[in-house]
Amino acid sequence: MALGLLIEQTFNGLQLGMILFLMAIGVTLAFGVMNLINLAHGSMLMLGAYFIAAASAKTPSYLIAFVVAMAGIALVAALLEVTLIRPLYARGHLDQVLATFGISIALNELVIWIWGREAMFVSLPEALDGFVQIGSNIQYPVYRLAITSVAILAGLALFALLSRTRLGMRIRAGAEKGEMIGALGVNVRALFTAVFVISAMLAALGGVMLGPLLAVQSGMGDPLLILALAVVVIGGIGSLKGALVASLLVGLTDTFGRMVFPDLLGQLVGNIVANASVYILMALVIAIRPTGLFGKR
Amino acid sequence: MSALLELRHLHKRFGALVVTDDVSLDVRPGEIHALIGPNGAGKSCLIGQITGELRPDAGGVLMHGKPIDALPTESRARLGLARAYQVPRLFGTMTAQSNASLAEIARTRSSGQFWTSVFDDKALQAAAHGALATVGLAARGSEPSLLLAHGEKRLLELAMGFATHPAVLLLDEPLAGLGAGDSDAMIALLARLKQQYGILLVEHDMNAVFALADRISVLVSGRIIASGAPESIRDDQRVRAAYLGDELDV
Amino acid sequence: MMAPHRPALGFKLILGTLLLAALIVPLLDEPYYTKLIARMAILAIAAMTLDLLVGYAGLVSFGHAAFFGLGVYTAGLLPMLGIQQAIIIFPAAALIAGLFALISGAVSLRASGLYFIFITLAFSQMVFYVGQGLRMFGGDDGFQLKAPTLLIGNVSLGNPVVLAYTMIGALVLLTWVSHRLTRSRFGQTILAARDNESKLSALGLAPYPHRLVLYVIACSMCSVAGVGFANLMEYVSPSTMSWVVSGELLFMVILGSAATLIGPILGAVVFVGLEQVLSEWTEHWMFWLGALLVLRVLLLKDGLYGLLLGKWALRRQPSGSHQ
Repeated sequence: MALGLLIEQTFNGLQLGMILFLMAIGVTLAFGVMNLINLAHGSMLMLGAYFIAAASAKTPSYLIAFVVAMAGIALVAALLEVTLIRPLYARGHLDQVLATFGISIALNELVIWIWGREAMFVSLPEALDGFVQIGSNIQYPVYRLAITSVAILAGLALFALLSRTRLGMRIRAGAEKGEMIGALGVNVRALFTAVFVISAMLAALGGVMLGPLLAVQSGMGDPLLILALAVVVIGGIGSLKGALVASLLVGLTDTFGRMVFPDLLGQLVGNIVANASVYILMALVIAIRPTGLFGKR
Repeated sequence: MSALLELRHLHKRFGALVVTDDVSLDVRPGEIHALIGPNGAGKSCLIGQITGELRPDAGGVLMHGKPIDALPTESRARLGLARAYQVPRLFGTMTAQSNASLAEIARTRSSGQFWTSVFDDKALQAAAHGALATVGLAARGSEPSLLLAHGEKRLLELAMGFATHPAVLLLDEPLAGLGAGDSDAMIALLARLKQQYGILLVEHDMNAVFALADRISVLVSGRIIASGAPESIRDDQRVRAAYLGDELDV
Repeated sequence: MMAPHRPALGFKLILGTLLLAALIVPLLDEPYYTKLIARMAILAIAAMTLDLLVGYAGLVSFGHAAFFGLGVYTAGLLPMLGIQQAIIIFPAAALIAGLFALISGAVSLRASGLYFIFITLAFSQMVFYVGQGLRMFGGDDGFQLKAPTLLIGNVSLGNPVVLAYTMIGALVLLTWVSHRLTRSRFGQTILAARDNESKLSALGLAPYPHRLVLYVIACSMCSVAGVGFANLMEYVSPSTMSWVVSGELLFMVILGSAATLIGPILGAVVFVGLEQVLSEWTEHWMFWLGALLVLRVLLLKDGLYGLLLGKWALRRQPSGSHQ
């Protein structure tokens, strides 16, 4: 296959991987610090996309729309955490799974209620509406490069937050020894709210950025949530390094799988295998290392 | 007479910390071999390496003369190794009698029966009841095990250990936390039961140890510093220095 | 499960009345209500089989819809090969579901409780995407059922009355089988594995093989419901395999009380009823369903079965995590 195509698909795979990374960090942080399984995470991505769609309909400035959307998400996430999520920390995982599932289907219907069933469209910010020449004959959208870069930056920012700031230290301490940090005078409730909001904003960032690329509609975040869960399983829950490695692995596998398998195995079987490739990968990893690549044994 | 359980030159370290340092010992049929030592000596880690929960870095564990190092916990149990945990591990929502019946199901390898209700299974219930009776818990059979008193839980733990008719029983501090009356009862129980098994008894209670043990090994900082008949251990200077100290006047 | 308790007489009366109502309604020549009864019985089978996993084994599967859907697709695809007989379709569905359960279960069960939730979800999504990708079978939209399943001769499951009675009969049969299973030595082993996995190993019984067997059994039984559903809707669609269905089945289980078999059946009945009432009231009934689910989890400690029975000596909350 042509080099240009290879590079293009690699970039696409990286982009998918970095979006998944944003979601996977949220899942792994929530679990590591609060022992919370959150299936409403996909809804956060969806809300991010809806908010930017709604905001950009009201203002020509993409920047303002972006800020408004992210602020809106932070508010919604904080409200959600304080009212519905907080009681779940003390419950078992089954309860958390069901409650967050309930939140997710409620939110999926709520966006239909507010914005209708028709998909909404977001236009690309003008500054990023262009192409970049790769190799001799591939035009790659600038916007896609921008997304990947922003996601990488977000990852780095999070890393800096966790390793360089007081908040980050408390988050890490909470992940290691949750029961003790309260005794050390840390406001555990506020910390948990902060972690939840940060996770939600990371997912929403993915949604905001994907807005112009995908049709903004109800449930758009769910397939990505499922992939993010596969990422967490492959990488090992609680491990940020694992989340990064697994995200890239999954992003590239999915992208190249869709390109390669239909050619290799024919339309029917090829499509089936392409759809299943990530899960086959997941099954292989679990078969060899039941706690994921970097998970704690 | 061949040993039921044999440890040969076991080594284990966690990073820089050596928890098991060239430990060899064995358990013979019909004996109680007590393992004593100060806190942190590595007794629990040693037990873990015998049951298979921990893998030694070097050395071997043998049962009936055959190496069992490659075997998972359930296989070792099927060869006749049983363990009574210090903190009782029970099937909490199930009654005491149901707990004991699990031991019987395990012993008879009959977990593949899909149809007959255990509650109609007279043979099973009789065996379970019998196991409870051995430790004096027969009257508490229908109590959910989670709701038993602490001492009763220890007894149930012990009953399940015996009910699988093991060859070797690892008893991890059976007297810990028991009051005087319960302690005496436990010592009497163990004295009665020891004939049928080989027992490795980990204990701090020196009364029990010297009353029950046929042999004593002393573990300090992961190493066996002395091993032999109770009297020789009592008189051993190294043991006095390392462990017994002032408590020696037993 | 604890020592067998004796449900109160009043409780038995309620159950008896429900069963009687279920048996009488199809005779009233009201296809709408007959289909409603059939739908309740179908989802009750799915929920009850899920309870074997969630309640009795402590395995929270978020992928049960896959096996439901495999039953739906079997009933939909075999007529395309000219096969309509129930005597072939039901066992075929069970076989296919069982096979997928064996393969996915072998992998999923190696993982701890938390991962198990994610992995079962992932596997069922995989099946969902495969279904969506089958473009010759309508892809995302699915396809019309070409021919209904035939019981004997021309007695067809396409007839709502026949379907309702068949599904009620299947529900009773499968519940009885499951009940015996939980009380057998195998069932006790499963319960013990739920309570304390490491202790079971220490006794000499390995949890994994037992769980795998149970997983295959429970998931195969679920496919029966799927066959019924294909006949009820006269339609085959990948949406029957979506994670939303898996979540709804889990909801039915805890709505009714896990680890009781009867509870989830009640949960399914109430859920279907709720669905009907809500969807007639508002277009956005899914929102209220989600809200109800959240409220049920946050506000109630026990499900219908537990509440009907009165006090429960031990509150057993099956959680996704093992000890």
